[in-house]
Amino acid sequence: MNFDLRSLRQQFPFFSAHPDWIYLDNAATLHKPQAVLDAMNTFYSQHNSNVHRSAHGLSQQATAAFEAARNTVAQFLNARFSHEIIWTSGTTAGFNQLVFGLMGPVLQSGDRVLISSMEHHANIVPWHIHALPFGVQLDVVPLTADHRFDLAAYSELLKLKPKVVSISHVSNALGYIQPIADIVRLAKEAGAIVVLDGAQGIVWEKIDVQALDVDFYLFSGHKLYGPTGIGVLYGKTQYLELLRPLLGGGEMIKTVSFSSSSWNDLPYRLEAGTPNMAGAIGLAAAILWLQQQDLTAFQQHKSALVQRFYAGCQQISALELLSGPTTNAGIVALNLKNEHPADLATLLDQQNIAVRAGTHCTMPLFQALNVKGSVRFSFACYNSFDEIDRTLTALATAVELLAE
Amino acid sequence: MIRPDIFTETATALKKIYVNHLPQLRQLRDWQSKYRILMTLGRELPTFDSEWHRDEFLVQGCESKAWLLHYQDPVTTQHFWAFDSDARIVKGLVILILTQVNGLTAEELAEATPELLLTELQLQQNISQSRSNGLLAVLNRVKASL
Repeated sequence: MNFDLRSLRQQFPFFSAHPDWIYLDNAATLHKPQAVLDAMNTFYSQHNSNVHRSAHGLSQQATAAFEAARNTVAQFLNARFSHEIIWTSGTTAGFNQLVFGLMGPVLQSGDRVLISSMEHHANIVPWHIHALPFGVQLDVVPLTADHRFDLAAYSELLKLKPKVVSISHVSNALGYIQPIADIVRLAKEAGAIVVLDGAQGIVWEKIDVQALDVDFYLFSGHKLYGPTGIGVLYGKTQYLELLRPLLGGGEMIKTVSFSSSSWNDLPYRLEAGTPNMAGAIGLAAAILWLQQQDLTAFQQHKSALVQRFYAGCQQISALELLSGPTTNAGIVALNLKNEHPADLATLLDQQNIAVRAGTHCTMPLFQALNVKGSVRFSFACYNSFDEIDRTLTALATAVELLAE
Repeated sequence: MIRPDIFTETATALKKIYVNHLPQLRQLRDWQSKYRILMTLGRELPTFDSEWHRDEFLVQGCESKAWLLHYQDPVTTQHFWAFDSDARIVKGLVILILTQVNGLTAEELAEATPELLLTELQLQQNISQSRSNGLLAVLNRVKASL
């Protein structure tokens, strides 16, 4: 391990506020380093003014900070232009804008869209709301027998000529890192626009949108050590230009009369209303913080945490593990035979271990797996081996109680 | 078709729990012993026919499913419930709630504060987590029976 875990944890004030807890719900939201909190505090206490609107110098300072944040994200993703970074309130909002925006200019009745069995509801329901009622058909890539993305079936489904392919970078329920390079390449060969849901993937590895040649990539700030309420919809200029705005008003217009309106240029056309300025600045601070860390060491550490936890779970015979430790970004999903995941999670909660139970906003995945749900343990760079060992002890206690 | 004696059988079981298990739970201090009892309370209830696992009886929770049947005696105005859940802890917690309200008249139910029992037993953290376990939804449904 090439970083000092103790000094890393000290940068996260949440842990000194909750020394008795073991936080293993990192896939739901990550904690924030002090640098992020400081940046947001500085913005509100020193730079707060509305961006892009007012003539005064204070507004210009705020606008400069806000646009610098956009540049930080653009550089982080290696986007060609900073206007390819659209601020959203999060991945879910981004998907709603994206799907709504594609309807008409790109997607028409009779067109097909391809998603996978592992998708989060945010990459399913917007299609239901904005696309299916207008005659678009949704096809689904199945799972392999070991619950992974089925590349062979994917290649077959691409023969149906989907106009859009929309797949998660990392499965939020099982933790698997999808073969995104192959997914994007095959989709492009089939002539599809390709979208990656980066909500869980962005924190795992460095993304170069140009090298990957992905058309759209979405993620949320709060799953990248940043604040809630801010997210990013990255898109190639040529495709962003096509999108119809979902929200109207505020910054997104050029001219308005009572009978019609014309829209502003990118990125503002897709950013109606006063933006989440402090959120954008917080997210940029999170990215700058992350760029000072050793991302490879983080990956190795998370993999080691998963391996250790997985090995410990295999010693408890009644546990059924839904995800394996290889090509895993730090999530282990499991069940206790014949017991409800909510019971197991409650008994862990009693022991101050924070996990999530249920279907993790992926109900269709659990229908495909034919299980009620799971208890999800998700790990982050700041978790320790000692926490893993204590969690395994607590898990054994819970299993014993439920066995009575 | 709801078997009418499910309500009388449930009422008998709840009374038994009230007499046997509540004093026991009040004495226990460690969480393991409390949850051990909580998780076995469901065994005391009469069989809840699987055909009643219908959407019309489903109380919307997030993680676990809960089904609540309700009957009000038109003469006495007394309220009676029957209950099932696929999660053991939620089932135990709802049983505790029902021991406080089952058989109350409409007037008595309006005044009832069954959730105080959970505070007394130091199980109240389960109410705040109710978005996930559906307990608050059951509590609201019970009170909405009026």
